[in-house]
Amino acid sequence: MKPAPFRYHRPRTLAQAVEMIATLANAKLLAGGQSLMPMMNMRFVMPDNVIDLNSVDELSFIREEGNKVCIGAMVRQRDLERSPIVCGRLPLLAEALRFTGHTQTRNRGTFAGSLCHLDPAAEQPSVALTYDAEIVATSPRGKRVIAMSQFPVAYMTTCLDPDEIVTEIRISAPPPRHGYAFVEFARRHGDFALASAAVLLLPAKDGAIERAAITVGGVGSVPFRFAAAEKALSGKKAEEAHFLAAVEPCSELEVIEDVHAPAAYRRQLARVLILRALRTAADRLNSAH
Amino acid sequence: MSASKFIGQPLPRVEDGALLSGAGRYVDDIHLPGTLEAAFVRSSFAHARITSVDTSAARAAPGVHAVLTYDDIRPQLTADRLPLELRPEPLPPNITPFPLANKEVVFAGEAIAVVIAESRYLAEDAAGLVEVDYEPLPAVADCLAATLPDAPPADTRQASNIVKEFRQAYGNVGAAFDSAKHRASLHFKTHRGCAHPMEGRAVLAHFDTIEDRLTVWDSTQESHDVRGFLVHLLGLNDNQVRVVAPDVGGGFGCKHLMYPEEVVITAVSRMLGRPVKWIEDRREHFLATIQERDQYWELDIAFGGDGKLLGMRGRMIHDQGAYTPRGTNLPTNASTALPGPYLVPALDLKVVVAETNKVATIPVRGAGYPSANFCMERCLDHIARTVGLDRYEVRRRNLIKPEMMPFQTGLAARSGSPIIYDSGDYPKMMATALEAIDYEGFPERQRQAREQGRYLGIGMAMGLKGTGRGPFESASVRIDRSGKVSVITGAVAIGQGLKTALAQICAEQLGVQPKDIAVIAGDTGAISMGLGAFASRQTVMGGSAVHVASVAVREKALKAASEMLEVGVDDLELQDGRVQVQGVPNLGVSFAELGTAMAGVPGYKLPGELPPGLEHSHNFLGTSLTYAGAVIAVELEVDPETGHVKLHKIVAVNDSGVVINPNTVRGQVIGSVVHTLGNTLYEWMGYDEQAQPVTTTFAEYLIPTAPEIPRIEVILLEYPGKNNPLGVKGAGETACIPVPGAIVSAIENALESFGVRIAEFPLSPARIFELLSQGRAGNA
Amino acid sequence: MSDTHRITVRVNGEQREVEVEGRLTLADMLRHRLQLTGTHLGCEHGVCGACTVLVDGRSARSCLMLAVQTDGKSVETVESLGGRGNPSHPLQQAFIEHHALQCGYCTPGMLMTLVEFLRDDPNPTEASVREAISGNLCRCTGYQGIVDATLAVAKAFANEAGR
Repeated sequence: MKPAPFRYHRPRTLAQAVEMIATLANAKLLAGGQSLMPMMNMRFVMPDNVIDLNSVDELSFIREEGNKVCIGAMVRQRDLERSPIVCGRLPLLAEALRFTGHTQTRNRGTFAGSLCHLDPAAEQPSVALTYDAEIVATSPRGKRVIAMSQFPVAYMTTCLDPDEIVTEIRISAPPPRHGYAFVEFARRHGDFALASAAVLLLPAKDGAIERAAITVGGVGSVPFRFAAAEKALSGKKAEEAHFLAAVEPCSELEVIEDVHAPAAYRRQLARVLILRALRTAADRLNSAH
Repeated sequence: MSASKFIGQPLPRVEDGALLSGAGRYVDDIHLPGTLEAAFVRSSFAHARITSVDTSAARAAPGVHAVLTYDDIRPQLTADRLPLELRPEPLPPNITPFPLANKEVVFAGEAIAVVIAESRYLAEDAAGLVEVDYEPLPAVADCLAATLPDAPPADTRQASNIVKEFRQAYGNVGAAFDSAKHRASLHFKTHRGCAHPMEGRAVLAHFDTIEDRLTVWDSTQESHDVRGFLVHLLGLNDNQVRVVAPDVGGGFGCKHLMYPEEVVITAVSRMLGRPVKWIEDRREHFLATIQERDQYWELDIAFGGDGKLLGMRGRMIHDQGAYTPRGTNLPTNASTALPGPYLVPALDLKVVVAETNKVATIPVRGAGYPSANFCMERCLDHIARTVGLDRYEVRRRNLIKPEMMPFQTGLAARSGSPIIYDSGDYPKMMATALEAIDYEGFPERQRQAREQGRYLGIGMAMGLKGTGRGPFESASVRIDRSGKVSVITGAVAIGQGLKTALAQICAEQLGVQPKDIAVIAGDTGAISMGLGAFASRQTVMGGSAVHVASVAVREKALKAASEMLEVGVDDLELQDGRVQVQGVPNLGVSFAELGTAMAGVPGYKLPGELPPGLEHSHNFLGTSLTYAGAVIAVELEVDPETGHVKLHKIVAVNDSGVVINPNTVRGQVIGSVVHTLGNTLYEWMGYDEQAQPVTTTFAEYLIPTAPEIPRIEVILLEYPGKNNPLGVKGAGETACIPVPGAIVSAIENALESFGVRIAEFPLSPARIFELLSQGRAGNA
Repeated sequence: MSDTHRITVRVNGEQREVEVEGRLTLADMLRHRLQLTGTHLGCEHGVCGACTVLVDGRSARSCLMLAVQTDGKSVETVESLGGRGNPSHPLQQAFIEHHALQCGYCTPGMLMTLVEFLRDDPNPTEASVREAISGNLCRCTGYQGIVDATLAVAKAFANEAGR
């Protein structure tokens, strides 16, 4: 299982990388390689040119700019999981990373790479969507900022132009007092999720839920925000009765069906996981000061 | 009689040092200058006619030495097809594979052409340029469907999709059913999966044109058989072919076969006069390496109000796949394994072996026994529920008792010899397992968990395995002139610690440390005959051969030393590479001196006029099997909201007779349990309605990983085997057998209140949820 | 269309200069260009972990890295523990004692994964060891011996540190 022939390129700067992606035919960007290399080894993907971003050092940073946490595109998942900034300001992301693959894959795999690959069962796109992350991309035409809600277009397809490179992901950190939970159901530890629920609960002054962000992953061709449930919880207290009411529309969720799980089962998982995530998020909200 | 010095000791393995430190030598580690590499072009259809194969572009690709199809290879061989392994039985003609597909492909992944190039990378590039024109034909995707009158042919060259029908029958089944208080009809579907040793198949063939000799390094379980088949197919003689199994990264049954690829690679090496290597990649293992797969069991059982089985009858349909390379020993095993340790006074089971457009099935670890045992255990649970008895009380009443040993079951093995269980205390084994899992305390644990909204279940099953299959295994033991002890055997090391076990057995007689004994296994150049690794046989057969040979060498060494030292044999002992007077260690001879003396000096008599050499060869003969047993008890938890099963504890009580090395036997038990646990809860080799494989990567086919496995408590009980001087029984597979039955019984127990009835494995969480929904709806 | 690159990589402490085709994987470079056959290939799609090595001290699946990507980096393989044919590393000794290997094919990947794990988590539990090796498949042992060996080594390290 060896990759087909290609020309290997190693840019040292972002500008070089942009030049390459704009001019090289049938080119693929190589970041962590944990998704691209298996596909190349199996010859599902056969680029003529591979542009290796691993030497573009300017894409490796984690910093805070005001209220935003800015994560460079080449930051490894393992570094995110151990970053004090991420653990402190983005605990939902830190929790989701513990379900993501294995140490060996997180040592190389990148947050941006997972978003661009957009596997329906991947954890990080769900988390980015829950945070309403912003994706910064660069092309010969300059820089643009894409809202995560606009980023997935179809099954494993993003809205990026063929000559765009993601350089940074920006996440507005929730206030210190907030509820969060990432819950997933997978067959084995580290597997892609058959279903997942990512929840953020932002409190109003009176302790009710001012705003809930709920993302369902693994059941559709792309992760999606569960708007009906979010609306149902807005202004309500974080209590079981409201949670149950909020997840009623689960029976109507549009889900994918495949050899691994029928639709009814995926809907059931979505409902169960959202409830569990809401309960955990509510506990954390109540115990936070 | 003094205590064993080596037998029964948990000694460290002699294999480990090299394997731990990068000094292992698996086939792909062998570097022969000038080696070319192969890649195969494989069928993308499960059933099709090949109307043309255009290799012109591939032949012109960089680094390519040859691109060959069946017509190119056939002149190298003495037959169209590979030989049938195992003794001929009534079977249709022409059911074994071709070396490369011949005008018709009958499973997705069947090899059509081979590319030989400077590297695997270049070979794969060229393989992508081979153009095959297919005329798709209807594919048979299910073995039950294969037997229906309107089923299309899985192979147009065969007259029928039914490869064979046979029966296992004894006793008066009719009378049993007539007189029974209770009767039930139960249908089961079982599915085991792929072997997936971590090292796939691999072969390196070197036809030395100077000496006209072929050396084949083969990741195989059957070196001598492969040698024999190649000798026949290539028109050579035994002296011209050496097959050697180097370090082998696991087999689990899938390397107990000679495959088309091995034939092609050796033939090509001869054609090109160059070494040629083929290393299977994981996708090829999914497509073209044998598996076990589906069986449908339709059983009627008759039983009394006391829960005792009176008779069983029915039909089993077995998915043989597209070819039958190794006869029908797999479905035969399964059919004779049905009773297991339980008394079945009358049995009448018809077996239908059906062809499908999938890769062939032959035994994978457990060899058909787990599927059969699953059915028996499900039947016993049904009986318990019907008559209102505890599940294990029912089993106690049906178990064969120790006073019945040796117990003739009424069934016959494929050789025709009756199946007789030689030793074992099954009730004691079961009681031991129940105590270890604290069965008595379980109802309280279950109740407490239910108060927390959690669903615990407990299950237990017991199975037996015929081990130590004959007809023989070979061993040669020698002390050479340097004083070094060697054990040479036709048995094959595939990771199970064979060399350590054999060294311990030899050491027991010759008094040297096992690590100082050189064990050469699986090399046809070192010993002329052998059978190899399968059916949990090598400690019994190979171990006994080594034992007999070692005893003979010991006796000879004592006699020779007695002559040389002028001391009575009874006053001598073998210790640390010397033969010395007991109590007077400095009065003795070293093995080197003995070996040199026994090699002979021209003009002088040998000591005691003994025959020359300190060596003895023995082929240990065996015509009966010795029956090992295992009980598996499981406590688990089911989450009814998701169908997730969490295993809390597993107990394995294992009888493999006298234990040579408790560490390695425990390792075999745990490995067996985890393999079949995988088959029960995680692994599923999926095909669609066109018989296309749909699970072809490790991301889709789930092998259990460490977090899913609970601690497994292993209890070894020893009931010596009766067919060999060591009293050993095989240990490599027994603990596989009861796993599906125990786990599924436990899941059903956990979900009792939902009315769930389970008649299949594997079980995914989605399927458990589906069964729960049906149970809730009242469809039991 | 293939291209070659000259790279300098520190392998098991030794600087090596190798000319590699762009598409040559790290695993193949180690095994066939540098004759370090201790690292094994079990799946070539990044799941089984048999090919695990340390790159700049971090575990990585060498089947998913290109050799050319190791230019200027350091790579450690199983041959760096003790030495080829010399299993003197405490983990290797513990593997022998706890029967943590059978066919040995997954073993080098397990060892390299555990070397990193014990460095990062000196006080492991049974659960955290199992999670650490969740990306390494073993078909032979059922993992129990491997877990026991790792816990034993961690305990021995802790005892030494405590002294």
